[in-house]
Amino acid sequence: MVFFALYFVGMFLFLGAFLFKILGNLVPDQDPFTVVNNFIFYWIIGDLLMRFFLQKLPVMSVKPLLTLPIKRSTVVNYVLGKSALSFFNFLPLFAIIPFSISLLSNGYDTSMVLTWMFTMILIVLIINFINFIIEAFSAETELSFLPVIAVVGVLYGLDYFNILPMRSLVGDGLLSIANKPILILIPIAVLLLCYIYNYKILKGKLFLDSSLKSKVTEVKAADLSWTNRFGDIAPFMQLDLKLIWRNKRTKSMAMLLLIGLLYGLFFYPQPMYRDMEFMFAFIGVFSTGFFLINFGQFIPAWDSGYYKMLMSQNIKYEQYLRSKFILMIMSVAILFILGIPYVYFGWKILIAHFAAAIYNIGVNSHVILYGGSFNRKKIDLDKKAAFNYQGTGAVQWLIGIPLMVLPMALFGLTNWLVGFEAAVALLIVLGVTGIVLHKKLMTLITKKYLDSKYKMIDAFSQDN
Amino acid sequence: MIYTKDLSKSYNGTTVLNVEELSIPKGQSFGLVGNNGAGKTTYFSLLLDLIKPSTGNITNNNVVVDESEDWKPYTSSFIDESFLIGYLTPEEYFYFIGDLRGQNKADVDALTSKFEDFFNGEIIGKKKYLRDLSKGNQKKAGIVAALIGNPEVIILDEPFANLDPTTQIRLKQILKDLAEKQGVTVLVSSHDLMHVTDVCERIVVLEKGNIIKDLETNPATLKELEAHFASGTMATQEEE
Repeated sequence: MVFFALYFVGMFLFLGAFLFKILGNLVPDQDPFTVVNNFIFYWIIGDLLMRFFLQKLPVMSVKPLLTLPIKRSTVVNYVLGKSALSFFNFLPLFAIIPFSISLLSNGYDTSMVLTWMFTMILIVLIINFINFIIEAFSAETELSFLPVIAVVGVLYGLDYFNILPMRSLVGDGLLSIANKPILILIPIAVLLLCYIYNYKILKGKLFLDSSLKSKVTEVKAADLSWTNRFGDIAPFMQLDLKLIWRNKRTKSMAMLLLIGLLYGLFFYPQPMYRDMEFMFAFIGVFSTGFFLINFGQFIPAWDSGYYKMLMSQNIKYEQYLRSKFILMIMSVAILFILGIPYVYFGWKILIAHFAAAIYNIGVNSHVILYGGSFNRKKIDLDKKAAFNYQGTGAVQWLIGIPLMVLPMALFGLTNWLVGFEAAVALLIVLGVTGIVLHKKLMTLITKKYLDSKYKMIDAFSQDN
Repeated sequence: MIYTKDLSKSYNGTTVLNVEELSIPKGQSFGLVGNNGAGKTTYFSLLLDLIKPSTGNITNNNVVVDESEDWKPYTSSFIDESFLIGYLTPEEYFYFIGDLRGQNKADVDALTSKFEDFFNGEIIGKKKYLRDLSKGNQKKAGIVAALIGNPEVIILDEPFANLDPTTQIRLKQILKDLAEKQGVTVLVSSHDLMHVTDVCERIVVLEKGNIIKDLETNPATLKELEAHFASGTMATQEEE
């Protein structure tokens, strides 16, 4: 998930730094600053939607404060204040600040740019608090998506059907504030209102039996008897599937699979990338190995909560690891099959993806399992996944190199020196070698895990 | 059954457990008492090979626990909630443990049905995840899971804590039956002197990692233990 956070930071930085130039090229006859302002409305809507699904008010963290001699109002202010420091509020800064700098360097008036920048920060905070208001309402309705869909839908509809030109309204509003700094009082007032409203909602709910109550979900059991064909590893596979499906962190990771699958769409539609054949290998490894990388990098930390129990039971370590291995290679196969439509962008892409999938199955799966034996960080399964760094250590970073950079480099180099067919063949040969040596490699990996048994047990029983 | 020789465990030069010799025969119900930090959980963790001894070793039915894993099939334990898998229902958890211990669903069902009283209708068929159960109910599930697969050695750390009075009484009966009728070696630790004296034939008192008392339980044992721990508080008061 760290990859994601950094990826977004990178994207926003890039966007902020080059947006001015890009817009200057795309719409030379318009002022880039005005164009950007007209698009802010869409960004507001998108941000609201994203936050609704990913950001939650850090309300549970105050439970210990309730019995201490601290005023309720202080606790509420603390929770709301803490939410303002969320990653979601910092992310836009990575775009807003570079863009402001590029405005300045292009001769825009300093006081105007600064006013605009502060207005944008205010808007980010307003969205932050509006989101919590929406969430408060959705907690009360059965259909929890309804409030957010309603708000976003109405806003969008008003604009789309020209009832209220929200887009230019927001754009013009921003421009007028930028030109008349005194108007910045309006967004400040809106922010204050949102804050006060949140304060009221939260203060009334800060009790153990309302917002602080942990949710009890009823179990929905799926039929997993199909795993029985895997024989002795079936119990572990069922456990792993339940692990993925029943915990927040793993579940949102599974949802992100969609992004991994569609990753190629960021690149292939642009002819520029279609000539860069080494990119095929990278995108192939990434999109077919998305689950492998995200799930595999935290083996065996996923089981850290009950690792002691597993270690005191009569389990064969090899079976435990093989279950994870099979899950990973199944995911590679499924992601490859789902990615077959990429053939639309050319046969070469599909062939490169196939080679990458084989490489993932034969090489990366073993590498990541081996890397797992260095995991020393506990994972709390109940925490959500997005931008959650828990359990991340140097291992997760180092392992990225052999996993993604190496195949890309090998592929790129062979492609450049010999040719496309040779590059594809190289990845496939490496992959098949890995598959052939599977038994031997697993013995080695299992030994490595056994050797670090005490260290892992000790590390997993510490609270980070 | 369980033989401990020259066992010690130290962290950064501080010895937390030091047992010269301790022999627990088969079928004995064995109680370990001591204040916090006396080394009870450390001893159980060593017995389960969850931590490595600094010196010496423990032999479980002639198997040295930190050298071979052959003790695992006949040894089971419930140390704390970290032995539970929070995202499973109690039934799924029992079946999973059953799978690991070579018991099929029918075996597990047969065993758990014997504990309907003990569960008091709060565990089976509730469609709740273990993580959503109360501490007491989690404990019940964990204890019963430790009985799956006919273990010969059962290790329970603080089994009475968090249980309601009715369940405590039922648990005592279960543990007694295991040792007396089925010849299972039962090791429990507890802070509750009364429960331990009720259940265990033999009680060992640990203090700062050392065995300072080794008693056969008799009607006077509870008094003796109470006197011992009360004098402990007097002694510390005097020291202060």
